[in-house]
Amino acid sequence: MTRNFLSLGRIARLSVLGLGALIFLAPYIFMISTAGKAQSDIFNASLSLVPQQWFYVQNFTKALSRVSMGTLLFNGVVVCLLILVIQVVIAIPCAYAMAKLRFRAARAMMVLVMLGLLVPIHATALPLYVAFDRVGGLNSYFALVAPFTISVFGIFLFLQFFRSMPDDLIHAARLDGMSEVGIIARVIVPNAWPAITAFSIFSVVAHWNDLYWPLIVVSNQAYATPPLGLLYFRAAEAGDDYGALTAATLIITFPLVAAFLLAQKRFVEGITMTGLKG
Amino acid sequence: MADLVAAHGTIRHAAATTTPEHHEARTAWLLSLPAIALVFLFILLPVAAVIGLGFTDFELGYSGFRFVGFDNYAELLSDRTFKQSLWNTAVYTAIVTPVSIFMALGLAMLIEAEGIGRSFFRTAYFLPVASLLVAMATVWQYLFHPTIGPINALLALVGLEGPNWLGASGTVLYSLSIIGIWQSVGFNLVLFLAGLTAIPRELYAAAEVDGAKSAWDRVRLVTWPMLGPTTLFVTTISIINSVKVFETVKTLTEGGPNKASEVLLFTIYKEGFVYLRVGYASAMTVVFLAILVVLMFLQYRIQDRQVHYS
Amino acid sequence: MSALSIRGVRKSFGDNQILKGVSLEAAPGEFIALVGPSGCGKSTLLRILAGLETADCGEIVVAGQDISGVRAADRNIAMVFQSYALYPHLSAAQNIAVPLVMRRLTRAQRLPMLGPLIPGQRKAVAAIKRDVREMAASLKIDHLLDRKPGQMSGGQRQRVALGRAMVRRPAIFLMDEPLSNLDANLRVHARGEIVELHRRAGVPTVYVTHDQAEALSMADRVAVMIGGALLQLAPPQVIYDDPQHVEVAKFIGQPRNNLLSSQVEADAVVAFGDVRCALSDRTIATGTAVTLGIRPEFVGISATGGSGLPARVERVEFLGSEIIVYSRLEAIRETMIAKVSPAEGAGLAAGMPVRLHAAAEHLLVFATDGPRLATTPIATHVAREAAHG
Repeated sequence: MTRNFLSLGRIARLSVLGLGALIFLAPYIFMISTAGKAQSDIFNASLSLVPQQWFYVQNFTKALSRVSMGTLLFNGVVVCLLILVIQVVIAIPCAYAMAKLRFRAARAMMVLVMLGLLVPIHATALPLYVAFDRVGGLNSYFALVAPFTISVFGIFLFLQFFRSMPDDLIHAARLDGMSEVGIIARVIVPNAWPAITAFSIFSVVAHWNDLYWPLIVVSNQAYATPPLGLLYFRAAEAGDDYGALTAATLIITFPLVAAFLLAQKRFVEGITMTGLKG
Repeated sequence: MADLVAAHGTIRHAAATTTPEHHEARTAWLLSLPAIALVFLFILLPVAAVIGLGFTDFELGYSGFRFVGFDNYAELLSDRTFKQSLWNTAVYTAIVTPVSIFMALGLAMLIEAEGIGRSFFRTAYFLPVASLLVAMATVWQYLFHPTIGPINALLALVGLEGPNWLGASGTVLYSLSIIGIWQSVGFNLVLFLAGLTAIPRELYAAAEVDGAKSAWDRVRLVTWPMLGPTTLFVTTISIINSVKVFETVKTLTEGGPNKASEVLLFTIYKEGFVYLRVGYASAMTVVFLAILVVLMFLQYRIQDRQVHYS
Repeated sequence: MSALSIRGVRKSFGDNQILKGVSLEAAPGEFIALVGPSGCGKSTLLRILAGLETADCGEIVVAGQDISGVRAADRNIAMVFQSYALYPHLSAAQNIAVPLVMRRLTRAQRLPMLGPLIPGQRKAVAAIKRDVREMAASLKIDHLLDRKPGQMSGGQRQRVALGRAMVRRPAIFLMDEPLSNLDANLRVHARGEIVELHRRAGVPTVYVTHDQAEALSMADRVAVMIGGALLQLAPPQVIYDDPQHVEVAKFIGQPRNNLLSSQVEADAVVAFGDVRCALSDRTIATGTAVTLGIRPEFVGISATGGSGLPARVERVEFLGSEIIVYSRLEAIRETMIAKVSPAEGAGLAAGMPVRLHAAAEHLLVFATDGPRLATTPIATHVAREAAHG
């Protein structure tokens, strides 16, 4: 080990990885740096990372005053949580039925799920928009959440996971006197946390970042989600006030990035699991 | 069709006897009914509606509409914006997909081979996946800024005059591709890393014993074939995600300059939700869906034919 | 009144007939071992008993009540699974408590947080805890109660599974190969324990196994199932000494029974060399093909000539307390297995010519389609000589 601790190959490898990491992290470095720069600073010395005047307070104040960041983050949390909870509550019983119960429609439902996996929100947005418009449901949490209450991907993921659970466990539960709902609540869910965590991460990342659907159904700032809010902020700050812009960016990016950094092992596991099985 | 299923459900309910099998089937129906109903309501019905609307001249704000047959599709054929948009999407996909896959694969193999800093590198490359793309696009806009942006400042240091990255029709698509690659490498990398760790160590030992002396030989003999299923999956996902590019375009360029960054979803969005020509946008959506179907179909075919390692 | 009766149970999966009309009665407190090769339908029968599968036809009566249409959760039947099927997220104590919680607490009392507020819940929970502790003490697993299945050894898991099944005093106790995941030493030890637990609980037990040694050593009666049919149900000794079907004779016994094809001779006599026995059914025609069975321990070998069929030793296996000799009957080209004591087998080696003999009362005769044919031994001069000598 000591002999080739720093062999030539290893130095090359680490340099490539290090340089790559630097490039990938550069936007974050510049984001943090620029968020603290005054306008003049930004225009003059774009390559120096340390602000000449510390303008963090001014930039953050500006960002917070132009758009109600609190509302944006609150909307983001509410929408993502509502979507996640409903998705899980709907998908788990269905996946359990398909994986462990015998009924004739299971095969047809599998086809339904596979078809559903193919259809992104972009394909269904037009008629859904027309429908929400007709019932006067635009600009509401309902409009933001409803189309995502069903996640065929969730059903698919849980289905795969439940199939790998031993049948005998469910048989034992039945002999012990549990109803099917009891089995889901007492046996399936407590043993499905890895899948539920993975799906939660997948779902929250997807819906926290989604711009397309909120852009379509929300025109009222009160219901704007973080990406949409940032879009408004950009429109309001038409100029090149990158100090305030990056400050706003920092605020909005922070929650998910922080969550990722805190639980990165789970994140990566979750993405791997959802990714490989999806 | 939704009615049919519901009716079927009630018949079974009424006819349910006390045998355990009937009970089981009835419970299964009850448990999956909400999901089935929502699939019909939010997926199948809208898809059917999109296909139907594609044959109409429906516009939001006007009351009536009439069937126009294939007129919308005929119009698409001569729509220069749409053709430009398809072409741009194809170019974007053709750049982002291979680069992000090979970059991710190379980085994954380097990280896998490297003992130290594994989790740091993984985190660094994965960070863009967990970041809000709309927000990070703003940062990229600053980085790409022709006069005050750090990238051009860096180029100036070595005496090069940087282009107007997002502002010139010649470079805008490439600039967006760079952001696309930056955003998707981490996801692919994590999948490749998982695929690599799943390869049994014994296979490398066996390859070495069998005479695969160089690292390259072992990659060809073991790594590449064993990663087959992962690679196929990563490729499909990458292509689909590239075809769905929207956020960066909407945030940074609005399709410009001069339609040089018009992409499929942005064009659909504009036609449908800005100009409110729902019928015409529906026809575009059908084309978009058809592309996805073809991609999925190709994946299944290749999966059936070639990837038999798992 | 029998504690359990199974009447004419049939089950098919598609065209595949798994159970071809099985009937069985168990007396109160009886231990029945259901033994057979894998795929014979024994596990399916057990699952039908448990209510996890439904029979195509036939009925299952427990204590005078037909439970064929009753769901598994509502049958008072407990089962130990081959994989133990312990709940991985619950501790041993919680695992054992589950069947009691499900039966003794109401739906409302089982609710988390709210449950303890419902009247009577605390008392019932305390009673459950007491019962679990008693059960654990009788299984000697008190020290494991806080552990989760993942932190226990195979043997410990098996005991927890037993505890979970026994704690609610079921009407019938089912076990599906509960020892097959244990290592050999532990398995022999656990056999004795299960028999002892059964004796104390006195609950009729159906025990499925593919291991004949388990079946013979544990059960009051052994049911041999082959190809979806129950061929014989009898005490272990009877199953071994007096198999009523050629498949039973073939399946039970280690090393396996010698089965030779033979023919009925004149006067309905079946012969092995000069040892003869007469078929009780004298109408069986001369020349009818039959199968002749002789247990290896009843095959005698002599290397010094004398009477018996000439054979050549092919292989000798030394097993310590006994020796297994494989020798080829040259006349009919079949291999006979003989189990002899080390003294008798001393000096035997592959290639040696020997003579094989057997006593007439140890000949088992089967019709070619399987059933046993009753016989009476015919005294021969060899037998007489032996008696005189």
